[in-house]
Amino acid sequence: MNFFDFSHSVAWLLWIPLLPLIAGTILGFLKPSGKISALIATAALAASLALSLIAFSMTWGHESHTLTHNFTWIQIAGVNLDFGVVLNPLTGSMVAMVSFIGLLIFIYSASYMSHDKGMGRFFCYLSIFMVGMLGLVVSNSLLLLFMFWEIVGLASYLLIGFWFHKPSAAAAAKKAFITTRIGDLGFLIGLLWAFKATGTFLFFDGGNGLLESSQIAALAASKEVLWGLNGAGVIALFLFIGAVGKSGQLPLHVWLPDAMEGPTPVSALIHAATMVAAGVFLVARAFPLFLADAIVLEIVSWVGAFTALFAALIAIAQYDIKRILAYSTVSQLGLMMVGLGAGGLALGEGGVSIGIFHLLTHAFFKALLFLGAGSIIHGCGDEQDIRLMGGVYSKMKVSSLAYLAGTLALCAFPFTSGFFSKDQILLSAWTSNTAIFWISAFASLLTAFYMTRQCCYVFLGKYRGEGHVHESPPLMTVPLVILAVFALVMGIISEKLFHVLRYLSGVEFHQHESIVVIISWIIALGGISMGLLVYARAKMGINETDPVKKAIGTPFSWLEQRLFADELYEATVFKLWNALAINLTAMESILNSLVDAVTTMITGIGNFFSKTIDTKLIDQVSFDGTCSRIYKSSKINSIIQNGFLQGYLRILTAGAVVIGILFFVFAR
Amino acid sequence: MELTLNHFLILSAILFSIGLVGALTRRHIIIMLICLEIMLNAGNLNLIAFWYFSPNPALMHGPLFTLFTIAIAATEAALGLALVLAIFRHYKTIDLEQFHDLKE
Repeated sequence: MNFFDFSHSVAWLLWIPLLPLIAGTILGFLKPSGKISALIATAALAASLALSLIAFSMTWGHESHTLTHNFTWIQIAGVNLDFGVVLNPLTGSMVAMVSFIGLLIFIYSASYMSHDKGMGRFFCYLSIFMVGMLGLVVSNSLLLLFMFWEIVGLASYLLIGFWFHKPSAAAAAKKAFITTRIGDLGFLIGLLWAFKATGTFLFFDGGNGLLESSQIAALAASKEVLWGLNGAGVIALFLFIGAVGKSGQLPLHVWLPDAMEGPTPVSALIHAATMVAAGVFLVARAFPLFLADAIVLEIVSWVGAFTALFAALIAIAQYDIKRILAYSTVSQLGLMMVGLGAGGLALGEGGVSIGIFHLLTHAFFKALLFLGAGSIIHGCGDEQDIRLMGGVYSKMKVSSLAYLAGTLALCAFPFTSGFFSKDQILLSAWTSNTAIFWISAFASLLTAFYMTRQCCYVFLGKYRGEGHVHESPPLMTVPLVILAVFALVMGIISEKLFHVLRYLSGVEFHQHESIVVIISWIIALGGISMGLLVYARAKMGINETDPVKKAIGTPFSWLEQRLFADELYEATVFKLWNALAINLTAMESILNSLVDAVTTMITGIGNFFSKTIDTKLIDQVSFDGTCSRIYKSSKINSIIQNGFLQGYLRILTAGAVVIGILFFVFAR
Repeated sequence: MELTLNHFLILSAILFSIGLVGALTRRHIIIMLICLEIMLNAGNLNLIAFWYFSPNPALMHGPLFTLFTIAIAATEAALGLALVLAIFRHYKTIDLEQFHDLKE
């Protein structure tokens, strides 16, 4: 296998995850100092980025080509477990995005974490994360994808709990790990089901792969396999459960806002740009399976729409700058799911383009927002409460302008990148299901509103905190500026000049609906101006009541309490578990008393026997006499029984040898 | 030179003897445990060797047995180490010569 043969085989794709792995191993075992760690990890990722860009350029202009390189991992009793890598537009665009944003965040972290003692450990974890994420994207096998998926989950656990001495961070890490594990169970079931039904884990395998038309047709032909779904739909549904866990969809979204306990670059890299997108990517990768059953696509789009609305509502009433962004991430991931589900219903294969296009643009502007938030938090003396900020714009011009660029993109302000990708989602929702369209549109309106609210709190007015606001060093602001440029112009360039939608799935896009375009203009401009109207002149101190709270009162405090999702779990799952535990304890005490009763009975019988028969007849008459004889002979034996463990072992061995010799002699 | 069954059996016998001698003579309780593991693995090697040179290796008997043995060896090692810890807590030493309470 020639790893650097670019023309004949795509085996070299394996180097993309392998390079960070090597860096992570060096960091983990040799433990160099913080700065050197940062350098090694960044250099390895830069090399991965170079390879990723080669991969990306190879897919450009070859939309329908799917290059694979497969090899057998294990062969047991006639069953092959195959691994492989795949190169198609989905892989190409995702590796390029992940490694590019990853590199910017690595550079940013080198400055952000420079005062932290665990910097080496931090870069080791980041590298492991990149291994998982890049591997997940290039793998051509459901099993391999699952393995990398779990690596990503592990890295996320380690990074959320990076400051594990804080109890809240340790708890958040556990919560993230356990909640996503519930989804992963679904993924695992889907994976095993797929293997049982098709006998292969490979996605593309020269016509026999899981995602190729012959297998899909065979799967779809078996109707009513489970809950009225066909063979492909069942697998798709279980894979979607995995995606729900990883991408923070309802009802498994609770871990994502808490995951903001980790360092801010982690929030940017993992919980905004890449990892949470893994679920969306999984749906996009397995899209032919989803396409085979319209019911699953309906489920995907409904779950996405409700998640988008739910999270956008909660985000209105939060005061922690990172928590607002976290809920907006959940909301945007919901919209991506709408893009995939409704897009699949409206355009078939083209659904991939819509979901992934929003994933790509969102990755850039959300990474920008998180890094900007990190810079602002840094500048305000590690304060995260927006009520204690204010007037930041005049002190931190570069970070603020970059942050505003990200905000505009997230609000889908016309001609920014978010506008183009969100437009496509709304369009496909309009053609497939109007209810979903209105929910998504309302969620987008709320998005524009709460982002404006946040910006008013942070940038306008007078500074309300106690720190000394200052601009961050260039190592932090340069990535911000680069990302800001992408957030503003990436949409228009990639869609209008390069037709990225056709590139991603190979389907021509002609859908156009003037009313939808008008609605999306209204959403963006309306949301922003509503936000400005309410918040531009409002008093925003920590002791002031939020203007919206003044207006609507109690429902706002429900939103402040995050619509009681955590409390719901506490009241249902925890209660159930507690009740179960209490019941089991009760059952055990019943069993105990039963055992006690039996014991007493047997003791009674035993007493009778011991007093009348045993003591008199057996013990005194027959036993003692024998015993005294045995006792005398035992004196001799006790020389051997000296209590040393190895003494016994030696005698045992000698005995075994004697038996062996006897066998040898007499068996002839 | 071609590898035959005998080579593996001899290797396994050597491993077993090393383990046995260690288990019988070393006074360090953890080394003794390690020696037990060596003996066990000599057995595993035998299983695999006999399977590999058997007339029908397609039946996965050898690896199956070995997998079981490895799993059992792992539990056994865990159990052994737990015992060692308990012994250490009690006697404050892991020198095998120091405890001979079994005779009581």
